Amino acid sequence: MYNEKVIDHFQNPRNAGEMFDPSGVGEVGNMKCGDIMKIFIKVENDRIEDISFLTFGCGAAIASSSMLTELVKGKTLDEAMKITNMDVANHLGGLPEAKLHCSNLAADALHKAIEDYRSKVQ
Amino acid sequence: MKRIYLDHGATTPMHPQVLEAMLPFFGQVFGNPSSIHSFGREARRALEESREKTALALGAAPGEIIFTSGGTEADNLAIQGVAEALSGKGRHLITSAIEHHAVLDTFKALSKKGFEVTLLPVDRYGMVDPDDLVSALRDDTILVSVMMANNEIGTLQPIEELSRICREKGVYFHTDAVQAIGNIPVNLKELPVDLLSLSAHKFYGPKGVGALFVRRGTKLGKLFFGGGQEKKQRPGTENLPGIVGLAKAIELAVVDIPGKAAAMAALRDRLIGSLLEQIEEVQLNGHPVQRLPGNVNVSIKYVEGEGLLLDLDLKGIAASSGSACTSGSLEPSHVLMACGLDHQTAHGSLRLTLGHNNTAEDVDYAVEIIKGSVARLREMSLLYKNYRRKNDNPQTGEEETSCITKK
Ligand SMILES: Cc1ncc(COP(=O)(O)O)c(C=O)c1O
Ligand SMILES: [Zn+2]
Repeated sequence: MYNEKVIDHFQNPRNAGEMFDPSGVGEVGNMKCGDIMKIFIKVENDRIEDISFLTFGCGAAIASSSMLTELVKGKTLDEAMKITNMDVANHLGGLPEAKLHCSNLAADALHKAIEDYRSKVQ
Repeated sequence: MKRIYLDHGATTPMHPQVLEAMLPFFGQVFGNPSSIHSFGREARRALEESREKTALALGAAPGEIIFTSGGTEADNLAIQGVAEALSGKGRHLITSAIEHHAVLDTFKALSKKGFEVTLLPVDRYGMVDPDDLVSALRDDTILVSVMMANNEIGTLQPIEELSRICREKGVYFHTDAVQAIGNIPVNLKELPVDLLSLSAHKFYGPKGVGALFVRRGTKLGKLFFGGGQEKKQRPGTENLPGIVGLAKAIELAVVDIPGKAAAMAALRDRLIGSLLEQIEEVQLNGHPVQRLPGNVNVSIKYVEGEGLLLDLDLKGIAASSGSACTSGSLEPSHVLMACGLDHQTAHGSLRLTLGHNNTAEDVDYAVEIIKGSVARLREMSLLYKNYRRKNDNPQTGEEETSCITKK
């Protein structure tokens, strides 16, 4: 059902866990299936210096959270804002059809975290 | 890697004696039971012997057994068949909220064709209240269908009482016994059900073959049109290897049910006990006592079922879940919802169904693996972190995260 890359991110998630004293946090939930994720970012010089996630969800939800954190670490905020849920799925080598809308929320959570940070520094 | 199969509710491995009984029918004995030559007569003999064995195992008469392609077809034939045969008498049907989709969706289809369907509710253990049936029955009720044992939570229904109520009212009663056969004794001489569905692959027989018991005199329409097989009730050249396999499997399945069930229930209770004791925030779904001897269904809070299944599978443990993420439809199990579980609890459901080959070592090993998987997933679960924070310092703890809707 899942490809090897998805399984790898599920089994060895990158940047999983809570972050203390983050610059911004973003949380999204999928009311339909109930998956829910939170992204923590640490921003320095307009760049994402550190990022982590907490996710309650299926294998695809965990793998996409992990993939996202790997994708945007070190990117500028403007670059990170351009990342879409589809980019995350593509970098994972694709997700099963049924899982695409169910679990693929990581980019939304990231954008919320960036908005949270920006609203605080303004 | 050591692999342990704990999904016998989905299907069971064939018993070696069943395979042995079937093999000649893929080879030498290939005749069509409807042919009148010796090849056909040989096949016919095997077919009727299988019917006799199946009937004997259930306390039925051979003429009351119709072989089908499985449980789904048996359910469809029973429900659509009665609806068709009795539609002149009435158009009201009753079933329960926790039936298998083979039953529930058949009723749903009938409700679009002018039938009225009443769904009986269940209590938090998944049990139908006979009083609810009494109140739901009407003069135009033509069929009641309630499953004998639930496939997800294992709850056993009071079929004896429910069927007696219908018998007294002169209303046909069908039961889906797909999960029950081989696990609880069924004697149709005493049990006043009119129709009963079963499926061979749930009791160590082959897949793609089942049967419908139709009590003598019961009026029944049909799904298919064609030849004269199965008394024209189910035309089509018979799946003889499958039918021979079903008969052998049910013959073996009904030997010493109380003894086998007691042994399996002991294993089941060991598994339930370990999970409840060794993992925090776990609840048992289904009835604590009135349940299938091999069924364990728990909700492990703050962990999502599909992720848990995946992790367990990667470690060799085969299980299933009622989580929305496993369903394809994104809806959590209708059975768990009917029992009153909230979405999140249903999301963390894990079903482990034992079989005759499982041992106490399997159970203990599985518990260790499950403990590890749950700990790993909770470590990155937002809901678990929120729960811990709240638990560790109840004064300053944040509000529990609610499901925030995505635009
Ligand atoms: C209660 C119940 N009814 C019906 C079925 C369908 O049986 P089959 O797979 O033989 O069509 C199943 C199998 O999953 C079941 O558990
Ligand atoms: Zn999901």
